[in-house]
Amino acid sequence: MTRVALFVTCLVDAMRPQIGFAAISLLEQAGCTVAVPDAQTCCSQPALNAGDADGARTIARQVIAAFEGFDFVVAPSGSCAATIKVHFPEMFEADAKWHARATALAAKTFELLSFLTDVCRWLPHDARLPGSFTYHDSCSGLRELGVMAQPRKLLAQVGGLELRPLDGNTVCCGFGGTFCVKYPAISNAIVEEKARAITATGADLLLGGDLGCLMNMAGKLHRTGSPVRTFHAAEVLAGMADGPAIGESV
Amino acid sequence: MRANQPNFAARVDAALASPTLKTAIDRTTGTAERNRARAVAAWPDFQAARDLGRDIRAHVVNNIDHYLVEFERNALATGAKVHWASTSEDACRIVVEICRAAEAKSVTRSKSMLGEEIGLPHALEAAGITRVETDLAEHIIQLAGDPPSHIVWPALHKTREQVKELFAASHRDPGAMEDVESMVQAARRELRAKFMAADVGISGANFLVADTGAVCTVTNEGNAELTTTPPRVHIVTAGIEKLVPSTTHAMALLRLLVRSATGAELTQYTTFHTGPKQPGDLDGPDEFHIVLVDNGRTNMLADGLAEMLRCIRCGACLNHCVVYRNIGGHAYGGTYPGPMGSVLTPALDGLPAARDLAHACTLNGSCQEVCPVRIPLPTLLRGWRDRSWREGLEPSSVRTALGLWKFVATRPWLYRLATAAAVRGMRLFAKRGWIEAMPLAGGWTRHRGLPAPSGGTFMQQYQAQKRKAR
Repeated sequence: MTRVALFVTCLVDAMRPQIGFAAISLLEQAGCTVAVPDAQTCCSQPALNAGDADGARTIARQVIAAFEGFDFVVAPSGSCAATIKVHFPEMFEADAKWHARATALAAKTFELLSFLTDVCRWLPHDARLPGSFTYHDSCSGLRELGVMAQPRKLLAQVGGLELRPLDGNTVCCGFGGTFCVKYPAISNAIVEEKARAITATGADLLLGGDLGCLMNMAGKLHRTGSPVRTFHAAEVLAGMADGPAIGESV
Repeated sequence: MRANQPNFAARVDAALASPTLKTAIDRTTGTAERNRARAVAAWPDFQAARDLGRDIRAHVVNNIDHYLVEFERNALATGAKVHWASTSEDACRIVVEICRAAEAKSVTRSKSMLGEEIGLPHALEAAGITRVETDLAEHIIQLAGDPPSHIVWPALHKTREQVKELFAASHRDPGAMEDVESMVQAARRELRAKFMAADVGISGANFLVADTGAVCTVTNEGNAELTTTPPRVHIVTAGIEKLVPSTTHAMALLRLLVRSATGAELTQYTTFHTGPKQPGDLDGPDEFHIVLVDNGRTNMLADGLAEMLRCIRCGACLNHCVVYRNIGGHAYGGTYPGPMGSVLTPALDGLPAARDLAHACTLNGSCQEVCPVRIPLPTLLRGWRDRSWREGLEPSSVRTALGLWKFVATRPWLYRLATAAAVRGMRLFAKRGWIEAMPLAGGWTRHRGLPAPSGGTFMQQYQAQKRKAR
């Protein structure tokens, strides 16, 4: 059995735990044994993106120590997975010992949806959800990890679910981590355009693979009175999209 | 360059409040984006060409001393005079002195971002020399008194409707101007005689060809040729990084430059200017001066910004940047806007005045994806963020918040308690699943709803399930 450590991500932990449970369900369906290491908090991105390189390294060392004992590390986020896979090795370029550990961890770290298709070679077989969806490709997963075909391949297996292509699906939604609160006016201008494009698809659902971007878009869709409901793709694949969407109360 | 302007946030607010700016930006950059995509799709070897472009530029940047000496030797052999300027002030002084020696009353100028960078328009004005812009867009912004807002389309922030008003107010014989064509004719009537009467023409350079001493310019209006041929004196101002080893290398880069900028295969005019008029030549200037400008470039080379010196100024990173597409060029506050500008401006104007630029970026990577010479723009922007942090330029509120977060995030047990408490607290503000306002969350909730946490934290729920299963 493949031993997978789930990197829950700080946003999923606090804001939408069901994505974490969906991830566990999907990984188990794909034949993995899933562990959730206790020592995890965050991937270090707030420090890394603020320019606090030392702070980022401190958190990164904690992540490496907590996760390096597993066969794979999987996160339901392209952004957090890319931090570990792409940026951890960069952070320790001047430190041979930690660079080796960071590189080893990077090699076995994956974003959830691409891990299911590319590593587990798994596709859902009995998922069903009548309706239509549109898909936003979050930037880190798309450009740093090459995640684009994988979620579509998985979602194409969901019976009754039809894709409505999103105009500008690879254009940033304006989230950008702390960018959205540091430069709210710019972020707002970007997400307004995104929300218009999403609503224009006429789809029932907006799906994606990164909760930060999904919260940003869902929050704007909500403010603009759009009927489009937002879920993480993992929730749909795990058959957990029958409950409240992001921002809907239980 | 424009340190007296209000701060970044104020410039952004002004840009976002403009009722026409977004339309103007989208018209031009949207067309450029579509045309580039078509050109790239029709070029199967595009990715290999980008590798070659990167390698040519990196080779030149890493051997800049060698190619500068070779270029100077060959330019002198063509009869050109070569001047060296280490600062923008030196460069402007050299240009003004040449103009004065030529007893120039008016100069024509063809669009040059380097000219903007060194403040040449202002220096000419201060010296009492009349400046006539030959590039149509530069003419527009000269009339409007604006700096360029894009490195390829300097008047991109003006809609055609605004340009019509501007021409009607400033041209001696604007005519009816029913369409763009008649507006172009209006500018032609206004400017043609001035072009022919100028004493000095000042151009920039797209490439400096080391093995021939030639200066390559590309335009779509033929205005570089109008600038460099009729006047008695031609002055080229160019950054030292514009070198290429040979014409073959210039051609390889031209293919990338033009497709990345406009999606065309070639500009309407591509000219290699080689020295002054020779015996038997029908036209050409009597004097040909080349001013090679450093203005911080060798410092960039030493300062970890060598990759930025590969830039060939195509503007693709601007056209594909969601931030640029919303705030336009002026909000950046430097000579160069967009992603490439956000990397260059702190180097040119100093980090304290420009620290916002590296942060006002979502790090989405589109700029790097389209860069024809594969400049890792997001990595370079991260480099400025790191430096700003190290030099203590980040606001104390950010440092305090991040310090607190680090204290908690490095203690998983405390983090569990803190997140559980935060989630409980946030849920108090929720109404039907949404938080519409909450202390410390104004940056988010001003513009969008914040989805309330859907329940206890994942870790709480997961531990509870494990306990139950036992």
